[in-house]
Amino acid sequence: MGRYVARRLLLTIPVLLGASFLIFGMVYALPGDPIRALAGDRPVSPAVVEVLRERFHLNDPLWVQYWEYLKALFRGDLGTDFRGRPVLDTIERTLPVTVKLALVAIVFEAVIGLVAGVFAGIRRNGFFDNLVLVSTTLIVSIPILVLAFVAQLLFGLKLGWFPIAGTREGLYSYLLPGLVLAAGSLAYVARLTRTSVAENLRADYVRTARAKGLPNRTVIVRHTLRNSLIPVVTFIGADIGTLLGGAIVTETVFNLPGIGREVFDSVRAQEGAVVVGIVTLMVFIFIFFNLVVDVLYAVLDPRIRYD
Amino acid sequence: MTDQQHLDLRHDEVEAGTTTGLASPSVDVTESRQNSLWSDAWGELKRNPLFWIGAVLCLLFVLMAIVPQLFARGADPRACDLANSKALPSADHWFGYDVQGCDYLANVAYGARNSLIIGVFAVVVVLVLGVVVGAIAGYFGGVTDGVLSRIADIFYALPLILGALVLLRVGPATDIPIINSRGPGAVALALALFGWMTAMRLVRSQVIAVKSSDYVAAARAMGASHRRILVRHILPNAVAPVLVYTTITIGVLIAAEATLTFLGVGLQRPAISWGLQIATGQDSIRSAPHLVLFPSLVLTLTVMAFIMMGDALRDALDPRQRA
Repeated sequence: MGRYVARRLLLTIPVLLGASFLIFGMVYALPGDPIRALAGDRPVSPAVVEVLRERFHLNDPLWVQYWEYLKALFRGDLGTDFRGRPVLDTIERTLPVTVKLALVAIVFEAVIGLVAGVFAGIRRNGFFDNLVLVSTTLIVSIPILVLAFVAQLLFGLKLGWFPIAGTREGLYSYLLPGLVLAAGSLAYVARLTRTSVAENLRADYVRTARAKGLPNRTVIVRHTLRNSLIPVVTFIGADIGTLLGGAIVTETVFNLPGIGREVFDSVRAQEGAVVVGIVTLMVFIFIFFNLVVDVLYAVLDPRIRYD
Repeated sequence: MTDQQHLDLRHDEVEAGTTTGLASPSVDVTESRQNSLWSDAWGELKRNPLFWIGAVLCLLFVLMAIVPQLFARGADPRACDLANSKALPSADHWFGYDVQGCDYLANVAYGARNSLIIGVFAVVVVLVLGVVVGAIAGYFGGVTDGVLSRIADIFYALPLILGALVLLRVGPATDIPIINSRGPGAVALALALFGWMTAMRLVRSQVIAVKSSDYVAAARAMGASHRRILVRHILPNAVAPVLVYTTITIGVLIAAEATLTFLGVGLQRPAISWGLQIATGQDSIRSAPHLVLFPSLVLTLTVMAFIMMGDALRDALDPRQRA
């Protein structure tokens, strides 16, 4: 196990470097002069421009610039935006919002998805099962963008249950965007649980448990559910990366000041340092949770051995 | 049938899936068997109402993309009168008017074309990239596979929307053809560039599953080239799963295009697109909610059509998942 984790950690290094270089290349290979953008309308003397170009390594080839960026990254320096604010401060300010949003989404995903999936799986082909099948097909088909507007319109404007923008009402203002963000994954969790429960109900050990005369409740909760949860738990872990991608749209529509909206604003304003910093962080989170999930898989299911 | 028999049957089907059925070598050798897979699948599809709903919706959507005039009820999407600005739906104008006073039904109908062009073009590029890279990685294995799989991992770590967002934002300032065009081609290429990895993994795993079969060894013994073995003997096995994936992905990519356009980096005015309509309608969501609702509804139905057909195809083509 230790060797497996070590090997996986080593394999993540090229992926992390590659992904951040990809974004770095796209952001900085573009024509246009960041020094001119920095100066705005004020005239700058050529000497100043030259000094600044030298300081920001703009005269060097792309890979040298990237190397300088990496060196600074290891010192904990992610650079500054055009207004001189450290990117790290921006991340510290916006990350908690996204973490809260993602947590709310994961809770929705796990609770509603699991409950719906378990009941659908127990009575397969029953009314509730068909209801879950149809509604998950519907939810998966609705683009997150459309879902966000429908939720705003229905629950925000018409019914007035939830605020439609901002974070002024604390955790309560995260509920609606959290549900929208979770919707697609929620449907997937429900389907996965349903298949997994239905499959395990036919397993030999469940028949043994029934033959022993255990009450139905115990058979389902203690025997079936425990085994059915393994793929679901791992899916939820691996899904955190998807949530971060979805946060770009959700946070923009609901006007939440998290890293998703920040990265979108920065892409539009061509704030290269902020974009590269946040995207690198997102990639890191994605890779980290995927690794956690793979390790967790072996811990939860003793049949899986990596060495 | 008892549960045990049921399980045994499922087990047999799993076994069969890797050796016959899904894995029939090539069309000319075992034509009858190939036919049986596809005709079985068709028999299954015919009985699935989800497939028919999806197919009808799809057909309507394609028709709308090719001849939007049929759906516009005689209105011209560009003939606008500001006096009608934001007028609500009526018997004559089912979808009402937009901010500029243009007939909204006509605008929504004409929006289908860009969605279809981008969805289909992007999926074709995804397939070409996915099949070529996946087949090479799976067939040659070793270092080639290691390098190609890591490259796929790198792209996989970037969310689709985010990667496409950055590329489309910087694209117009570059001198790369198509990418700098701000048109449907640029959007489709950006989506494909950050969305080919799943197709690659799918094809790669299919190739690995069958490359050590006897019939591949036989083909090699008869002196067939790598290319011939891949194209004639190995890749036909991947057709079924790739078909399912393609159908669903067209829907996903159409939704992604609308999102990118909504975010301001996709199609630009004066193009007619659902994403642009939703973005503009957002500003008057209180006074004229129909401006957001109608393009959203048609977009959702379109995405749903492809996802439903893909789901039905998967159920029909993969007997292992049947309960």
